[in-house]
Amino acid sequence: MAMSPFFTLLRRDITLALREGGAIGTALGFYLIVIAMLPLGLGPDLNLLSRIAPGLLWIALLLSALLSLGRMFETDHEDGSLELLAIGGTPLELVAAAKALAHWLTTGIPLALLAPLLGILLNLDLSAYGVLVLTMLVGTPAISFLGAIGAALTLRARRGGLLLALLILPLYVPTLIYGIQAISGALLAGQSFWPSFLILAALSLGSLVLGPLAAAAALRIQLQ
Amino acid sequence: MTNQSITQKLANPTRFMSLSGAILPWLAGLAVAVIVFGLYRGWTAPPDYQQGETIRIMYIHVPAAWLAMLGYALVAISSFGLLVFRHPLADVSAKAAAPIGAAFTLLALVTGSLWGKPMWGTYWVWDARLTSVLMLFFLYLGLMALRSSIEEETLAAKLTAVLALVGVIILPFIKISVEGLSVPWLGLEIPAWNTLHQPSSVFRSDGPKIHASQLYPLLYCALGFTLLFFALHMKGMRNEILRRRVKALRIAEVDRARAAEAAAPAE
Repeated sequence: MAMSPFFTLLRRDITLALREGGAIGTALGFYLIVIAMLPLGLGPDLNLLSRIAPGLLWIALLLSALLSLGRMFETDHEDGSLELLAIGGTPLELVAAAKALAHWLTTGIPLALLAPLLGILLNLDLSAYGVLVLTMLVGTPAISFLGAIGAALTLRARRGGLLLALLILPLYVPTLIYGIQAISGALLAGQSFWPSFLILAALSLGSLVLGPLAAAAALRIQLQ
Repeated sequence: MTNQSITQKLANPTRFMSLSGAILPWLAGLAVAVIVFGLYRGWTAPPDYQQGETIRIMYIHVPAAWLAMLGYALVAISSFGLLVFRHPLADVSAKAAAPIGAAFTLLALVTGSLWGKPMWGTYWVWDARLTSVLMLFFLYLGLMALRSSIEEETLAAKLTAVLALVGVIILPFIKISVEGLSVPWLGLEIPAWNTLHQPSSVFRSDGPKIHASQLYPLLYCALGFTLLFFALHMKGMRNEILRRRVKALRIAEVDRARAAEAAAPAE
């Protein structure tokens, strides 16, 4: 059965992420640990935790997703398969898009689905669970696709992992702000959910275009 | 030769060196003179009826904030020139502009915070404008960090240029998400991020109302600091060209020594 190179690559990357173990587990474990540490640092006041829970869950999710971003092109670069992909018939933009999509499917979605469970630890309001998962599912593609730019840029850099965080976190500011705004818009009276939510979706769609283009440009420069 | 544009003529580093060498002393001298004049006018201007003497911080703060943005624009244009036109001096310009722009961004943040202490009672508030300038500062840091962490210089130059262009695309979104956006004729109204926490009482929506006695010193200072920016940028570019020449000479010297060493046993 012939599959397009895009889906072949996507399936390969998902299979690798699942079988390699560690990758998904580490991100989820990191998410759990960070959220569990926060009440220890902030104090066990449940009212306070409940109020700031959406923000904490979003920020911890960003950090957890960053952990596995650095691996997006690294292993393929080390064993030379990235160069084969570059000289193959598939445009490098599609290769980058497939890898970013695989990252979202294996990191963004699991983290977003774990978030409500961790919300229990922070006394998150029950009515917020649905909105929280919805905004995270819609917002996390931006994390993977903008992250692909950072992963491509730092491929041959020294201390790539830390550098990646420095480069990419400022780019996540709009996603973070509108993700939180959509949640508070849905919970608080007198504020609206849809405008922020739609901007959040637009940011993800925009990053779907920008991410692969910029990542492929960065990869091409390094593979010459 | 006569059909060449100015940018093409300047592409020759030697020509750039001789031309900038002739211009730089005048540019630097003019910058100092205008800044001194502007600061003197600012010093002798009457204090503000509301803000008192702290208004004088504005004469440094506003030019610094303006140059923070100009600096990024210059980095972005230079990056575009490198990636698209492969202009030989584009990367030299981008590399020289980044730290200068970052320094002015930091200056804007520091002077703003010094002004904030007497006026707002605190050095830092998560005001929309402060936050977006802070994010601009982070982008500058990212550019410099990426360049310094890649050993091969041409590779570092191109990758930094890609990041600078990505930053240009995302910077408006960061700014809008933090400061809000209002386009009345489109019916578009995006509220600022911090209005949830504290209403803006300092930045009036009816635009800055500024008296001529304060406006003119401000304009002189803005002109002076802009001249200073370009003088520093030109000096930075010259230093970078010289550094590259020294490096090329060193490598040539090492190659020559190696060749001599390899030839020696045969004698």
